[in-house]
Amino acid sequence: MNAAYEFVTGPLAWAAWGIFLLGSAWRLVSMYQLAKKKDASSIAFMDWGFSLRSIVNWLIPFNALGWRKNPAMTVATFAFHICLILTPIFLMAHVALWEEFFGVSYVSLPDGVADAMTLVVVAVCLFFAGRRFMQPEVRFITTGQDWLALVIVLAPFLTGFLAYHQVLDYEVMVIAHIVAGEIMLAAIPFTRLSHMVFSAFTRAYMGSEFGGVRHARDW
Amino acid sequence: MGIQDRLIEDVGLRRGVEKLTPEKIEKTVNAVIQGETGARLKAYAETCMRCGMCAEACHFALSHPGDPSYTPAGKVHATMGVLLKTGGRVSPEDIYAMAQLAYTECNLCRRCVHYCPIGIDTAYIMSMVRRICHKLGVTPQYLQDTAHSHSATVNQMWVKDDEWTDTLMWQEDEARDEFPGLRIPLDKEGADIYYSVIAPEPKFRTQLIYQAAAIFHMAGLDWTMPSEPGWDNSDMCMYSGDFEMMGRIKRAHFESAQKLKVKRIVMGECGHAFRSVYDNGNRWVGWKWHPVPVVHSIEFFWELMRDGKIKLAKKYPGPVTVHDPCNVIRGRGLHEKLRELVRFLVEDGIVETASNREHNFCCAAGGGVINTGPPFKNVRVAGSKCKAEELKATGVKTIIAPCHNCHGGLEDTVHSYKLGMEIKFLGDIIYECMERPEA
Repeated sequence: MNAAYEFVTGPLAWAAWGIFLLGSAWRLVSMYQLAKKKDASSIAFMDWGFSLRSIVNWLIPFNALGWRKNPAMTVATFAFHICLILTPIFLMAHVALWEEFFGVSYVSLPDGVADAMTLVVVAVCLFFAGRRFMQPEVRFITTGQDWLALVIVLAPFLTGFLAYHQVLDYEVMVIAHIVAGEIMLAAIPFTRLSHMVFSAFTRAYMGSEFGGVRHARDW
Repeated sequence: MGIQDRLIEDVGLRRGVEKLTPEKIEKTVNAVIQGETGARLKAYAETCMRCGMCAEACHFALSHPGDPSYTPAGKVHATMGVLLKTGGRVSPEDIYAMAQLAYTECNLCRRCVHYCPIGIDTAYIMSMVRRICHKLGVTPQYLQDTAHSHSATVNQMWVKDDEWTDTLMWQEDEARDEFPGLRIPLDKEGADIYYSVIAPEPKFRTQLIYQAAAIFHMAGLDWTMPSEPGWDNSDMCMYSGDFEMMGRIKRAHFESAQKLKVKRIVMGECGHAFRSVYDNGNRWVGWKWHPVPVVHSIEFFWELMRDGKIKLAKKYPGPVTVHDPCNVIRGRGLHEKLRELVRFLVEDGIVETASNREHNFCCAAGGGVINTGPPFKNVRVAGSKCKAEELKATGVKTIIAPCHNCHGGLEDTVHSYKLGMEIKFLGDIIYECMERPEA
């Protein structure tokens, strides 16, 4: 079991981070090259100010028309993404690992708070899954890729929660949790999770067109 | 539930698919996707999280509650989604369905932009589906007829060269009864204003040319209209997917204005023509901006009001409601100027529809949909149900709609849903209310 732990926290972790960081960089660069080659009439209108204007306006809950008309999704989406990003970064056990491996130390969340945030992620995953089953307009467009993305995100949070509360075999669960987290990282550049990499740019482009050319709000 | 369950016979679509083979489809689909699309389509296809939030945006979806095949993401899923997933390996019948969906159930109005956190441009995706259908020769007959007219005559309505100048002279002649010194100056070099219209104006809305001439005359402006092809600013090729022709007719339009060395182009009250001249056509020809400045009538009339050049004898009895045409509101942000102008022109102000300004519902006729003609009329009328409900809730008798397509669509909406409302152009109101010479 120790050897397995060593492996998943050693070589596998390096591989996962490598795939995540290099893969994301490669996807971004190749997408930019493609845009330069094929979308010149779009790139010509990119504008920093209007890009940021659009991004900021969409980051305010209930500001955009789409958020206002989908209140449940707004609450779920914002809660989900905040917890999804902050919990793994500021979880005490993770901060301890950073200190152990690299000697860096920073603030961490109280365990109770992190626990609640983990449950938020799990709950919203179930909410998203429920929508995919129950809501006709979501079911109609759902593909295997969407389920895959959901499962990939759910797995590390669920296993982390179970490991922390030692519901099942702790050692097995911790290794499962680490592997799940590594799968998630490595999957970011190559699955629907790539919206993490690209959505700032699609948003920025729309903001630039609406700000600079169409002189209208895009939110 | 799906487009396959509501196919409508159209001779253009039918004859188009009869000539197709699976090999030809695959080849064409991939030629367009690899040759003409790039990072935009790729990023949109990949990052659409299939959240379904855009279902609330689309007037077609809201007018068919519970049917997901009318939602923006649903429409992309059934068209470009399938083409990308299969690599273009679909049957001619599939292409028929995709063409009907892309040409008749999406107005390219871009309202869904306000609903997508990621910023996906569904209108762009649907116009690329139309592009593929055009290249496959599968286009609705009526729409294709207007595109053919553009190709043959450089105007949308088969107006012959002599008929064009004849129509202008006829309107000038008529107007001189009422405005003795009025001229419609043809080919006046160096004029301040080059006035361009869409071909349906000389064809069957000639009173609009009369009214515009009256307004220019009373405002004492230096203006001209061209006598030669290039005068038509409309562009159904942009909507049929014939982008080569879109480029050709936009070039003809700009060059016509350049040849006359005018200071700027003022366009009549048309939405799609503005989209073509201001946003799409210029880019295809390779101009980032316009070689000649372009102003839509809303803004132009607003300037006349600001400068005190429109003098009213009376105000139009209101209140009225305002219909915001997508292509000049979401496409150019003229909503506040439109309202300032309308408040200047009418008594008792504006009663807004629940969705207004950039968030306005489309008339369901735009994006070339009304130009697909009688076979698909009921499709767009059914799709405007939510618009009809919003119009009815205003309780007013007058809709001001500064766009030809919106007029055509709203007339059918008002009639079909028994709203009992009249629909006016800004030019109608200004002409009716402005000071005129003692006859």
